[in-house]
This record gives sequence, structure tokens and C-alpha cells, in this order.
Amino acid sequence: MFDMLGNIMKNLLSKPATRMYPFEKRENFKNTRGQLGDIDIDACIFCSICAKKCPSDAIIVNRNEKSWEVDRYKCIVCGVCTEVCPKKCLHMEEQYKTASYTKENAKFVQQPKPEAPAGQSQEQKQ
Amino acid sequence: MNRTVIPFGPQHPVLPEPLHLKLVMEDEKVVEAIPAIGYVHRGLEKLTEVKEFTQNTYIVERICGICSVMHAQAYCQGIEAMMNIQVPDRARYLRVIWAELHRIHSHLLWLGLLADSFGFESLFMQAWRNREKVMDIMEETAGSRVVISCNTIGGTRRDISKEHLVKISVIADEIMEDMKQIEAAFLNDYTVKHRLVGVGVLTKEQAYKFGAVGPMARASGIAQDHRTTGYAAYGELDFAPVVENDGDSYARTAVRLKEVYQSIKLIKQAIAKIPEGEISVLVKGNPNGEVISRVEQPRGEVMYYIKGNNTKNLERLRVRTPTFANIPTLLQMLPGSQLADVPVLLLTIDPCISCTER
Repeated sequence: MFDMLGNIMKNLLSKPATRMYPFEKRENFKNTRGQLGDIDIDACIFCSICAKKCPSDAIIVNRNEKSWEVDRYKCIVCGVCTEVCPKKCLHMEEQYKTASYTKENAKFVQQPKPEAPAGQSQEQKQ
Repeated sequence: MNRTVIPFGPQHPVLPEPLHLKLVMEDEKVVEAIPAIGYVHRGLEKLTEVKEFTQNTYIVERICGICSVMHAQAYCQGIEAMMNIQVPDRARYLRVIWAELHRIHSHLLWLGLLADSFGFESLFMQAWRNREKVMDIMEETAGSRVVISCNTIGGTRRDISKEHLVKISVIADEIMEDMKQIEAAFLNDYTVKHRLVGVGVLTKEQAYKFGAVGPMARASGIAQDHRTTGYAAYGELDFAPVVENDGDSYARTAVRLKEVYQSIKLIKQAIAKIPEGEISVLVKGNPNGEVISRVEQPRGEVMYYIKGNNTKNLERLRVRTPTFANIPTLLQMLPGSQLADVPVLLLTIDPCISCTER
């Protein structure tokens, strides 16, 4: 019994082990898998390997529409998509997904490339 | 005397997960216990037949939140055995380090829950405060607190840098100090002993007959620890199973407390011996044939039966988890005990219902 009393006295006199959370936040560790970050859509080639390897089918890739979307509520944050991406346009963010009011997929659509490079490539072809 | 049936669970303050027991009582004494499981069945075994065998690593990890790394390890070792993949030495050691960190956090969680079940709140909080250090180091090295997803078929997905290895060893020392503080309260405190000593005795014969595994078996004098077969890098590390002979709740507490120390020593040995080199090998082809893979979890031995058919989907994956094996022993311990002891008794098998029902 006295063993625990010593512990309790020590705990009473030492600093609290918890944080005053909303005011004092712990910094995320480096390389923590918090959530799947936004895709670098311009680098994406729509190979859809990420969608095939995803264990929870959270990623939808549409080649015709040139769109990439993720359901962050389905995502299990394993990080496989970031490892298999051949263009490395996916990355994990250290901050976990916070609460939100709507349950929407994050959708990204690749905009058509600006005219100038397209014109150049046409010239090259000619 | 008239018999009454008292339903215990699935919602009960002592249960982190839903397990239902029908307790047939004579006054305050339990005469019979009838279990009912199936409240958290999620159909994960069926799901593994639909997904590719590489994706299954992340599914089997989610069978259990507390021993996730061992589930993935058992699965990966099974597939590796089936496909004749030689895992790099460094990966084998990394698996040991993460698995032992997991064992420490699981046992500390259990010690806290046990303290909570007999109403010792300050001890409960202190055990969980110590556990937080392990959780932090796991997040720092593997990227996540609980489901760390570091095992993959052919090795591990992440490496632990030299600085982090040093840090793990420092934290292991800190936990050793913290554990000595709470160990005295668990093993010598008058009130705690009053609740544990002689309660729920499981004899060696009973433990053997009803197939107890893990700390349950070891507390009843059966020196059975699957790590001694030397999977991963355990064959190159020096340790012996922790065995107690009394078979009561106190012995089970002592076994788990001592296993925390054992895990700390294993981690330190592994850090001292870990070789440099690759952490994973490339996997080609599909698994074919069938294999049984066993790994020692904090709760006991988990068994994976994997059957492949040379496609990327498995034909069958069957998991037998330690709690499933320990429930019959619980039913042996309950008759004859007092109603007030049931929560403590139930906790001493360290029930993991998510594992049991998958």
C-alpha cells in the first residue's frame, strides 16, 4: 500500500502528463501517416495503379475525364498508393483528417495543358 | 436453491468490447457461464478472399487493434513460406522490435484495464501514462500509433534509423523504471492481492485440456511460448518463457508484468544485434499451396491457415486467435466464483473480442 502512496505523492507533485489540448497541441512526428494529401494532379498520368492497389477502394481514377478522387472517409491511411505511384504525385500529410460537415470525395480534374506546349509538340511532330 | 440468470455484457463498464455471458447464479455464486459471441463479426476472412493477397496485409492488421503488427507478421510469414521468399536479416530484426513494442503496449493496456476493473483508478492511469511513451515511439518510427502497417510480404516497409534505435533503447530504459514503480503496487499491495490471489484458479491439467494459450497457459505452469520456435529473429535472441505455477489471477498478472521486462530485454538485444542491409525483397508471382503460420501475440498464439491457388486472390484464409482458444478456459474458471469477481476474472484472459469474431 505504501508503494502506491509514494507513487501518488510523486504524481501529485509532478507536472501533469496531459496537455491543455486545444491551446497546446503536440507537433506531429515527421513521416507520420496522418492523411492522404492532395494529389499533384498535373503530374498524374491516370495509370490508376493507386486505385487498384488501394485495400479499401477509396480512390477512383477516370482516364477519360482526367479526374482523380479519393474518399477520405474510406481511406485507411496505409500509404500504399504513395508507394506504388510511378510519378510520385501522391504524398501523405502528417496532420490527420479533421472533422468536417460534409462527406464528399476530394475530386481533382486535370486541366487541359496550356496552348504553348501543345503547339510546340505539334510543331515537333511536323 | 433457486437459480437466477444474470446477463453480463455485451455492454459492461469492464468490457472494452462486446462479449455476452449468461451467468447462472445461486445466490452470489456463479454455477454456470454460457457465452454468446458474434457482436462484432465483420466478415474479414471473407473479405480476404475478394482482395488481392498483397492487400490482405492491411486487412488482417485490422482484425485487432492491439496486436495488429503480429497479425500482419503471421500473414506475411505464411505467404513468404508458401512462396519461398527469404526475408532480409534487417527486416527480421525490425519485425522483432516492432512486435515487442506492441507487446509492451498491449500488456500495459491490460494492466491498466485490470486496475480499472478492481477500481484502482490511479494505478490504471499510471499504467496508461507509461503506455503513451510506447505509442509515441511507434508513431515516430512506423508512422502510426496502433495499426502501424510496417510489415509487407518480403520484409518491412520502413526502416528504423540509427537515431531512432537509440531513442527506442532510451525509452525502453524509461519504461523499465516506470514499470518498477507500478510493479510494487500490482504485486505487493494488500487490496490488489486480496482481489487477485487465489481467484479463478486454472490448474495445469485444465489449462492443457482446454487448450489455453499465451500468458494463460504460462501462468498455469505450461512453459509454452511460440517465440521459442525462433521465427523472425527470435532464434538469435536469448530469452526464456515467463512461467508461474499458481494459475490464479495473481499469477497471470505477474506473467504479464514480467513479460514487459522480457520484451524490453528483447528489444535491447535486437537493437544491439541488428545488421545493416536491405529491408525488403521484391515479390514476384502468386502464392500456391497451403501453409500454417503461427506467431506469439500478447494474448497467446495466433494461427493462420492460408490456401493459395496460384492466382492473386487467396482461396481461403482462416485465423484462430488466442482469445478464441482462451474462452473455454474462462468457462472453466467462472463456476464457483463470486459475482463480484467475474469482471476481474473475465479480464485476466485479456479478451480481444474483435480478434475472436473477425
